[in-house]
Amino acid sequence: METVTPQHFLILASLLFAVGFLGVVIRRNILLVLMSLELMLNGINVALVAFSRSGANMDGSLFVFFIMTVAAAEVSLGLALLVAFYKKRKSVFSEGMSLLGN
Amino acid sequence: MVLSRHPVPAALFMIVSLVGVAALFVLLEAFFLAILQVLVYAGAVMVLFLFIIMLLDVGPQGGKAFRVKLLSMASGVFLVGMLVVVLVQLSEVPDSTGSASALFWPELAEEATANGSNLTFSPSAQSFGFGLLAKYMLPLQVSGFLLLAAMVGVIILSKKFSSSDPEEG
Repeated sequence: METVTPQHFLILASLLFAVGFLGVVIRRNILLVLMSLELMLNGINVALVAFSRSGANMDGSLFVFFIMTVAAAEVSLGLALLVAFYKKRKSVFSEGMSLLGN
Repeated sequence: MVLSRHPVPAALFMIVSLVGVAALFVLLEAFFLAILQVLVYAGAVMVLFLFIIMLLDVGPQGGKAFRVKLLSMASGVFLVGMLVVVLVQLSEVPDSTGSASALFWPELAEEATANGSNLTFSPSAQSFGFGLLAKYMLPLQVSGFLLLAAMVGVIILSKKFSSSDPEEG
């Protein structure tokens, strides 16, 4: 019977980060891009808590707290920007965001 | 979650994965963080997401993924594979304790507690409060200010664009 080690948590954290990064890269819907960003931050949180637990150090867990705060602020601002963008363009897709390009 | 094209099932899968991460926090004995994860992420953030999804009434149409080129796809798979291989090789290092509830780097923990500069891990919310208010006082204030700035920014954004003439705002 294999026991769970921090490496398993780190593998899972990197997989969460990779899936979130894939979502950020391939999705056109900005809502889904924001959700994938949340998934990436969650992967980082898992890695931080695993390191904090295994190193018997509280700092990682406290940093997770700050990351959650920043993520909440980022999501609220991103969704407000998205609603403003939707009111201008009637679309939530990132190909409509090419105003600076031409 | 990233493969479902419609936003609402994607958000529901996201809630499932966030609750799963909260369960992982419970396994890692970070109970306060697990409660925080369920309340903040699975509660507030995802409710906000679902609210915006249903407010804007976005459907699956036009939400096709970008065409990923074969070379970039192969390089991404290669990168993730290398990461996983490195982590698997790390996990094959013989572990003296081998249990999730034990300390994995006891010498590190002893050193940290010996010089007294670091806070030792403890699952209680009391130690969270102590760490936040004693060692991380300035970052706590900065994050509070960040939340205030985000709130003001959201209010200004929704005020400016809801007026009929965007020039007057």
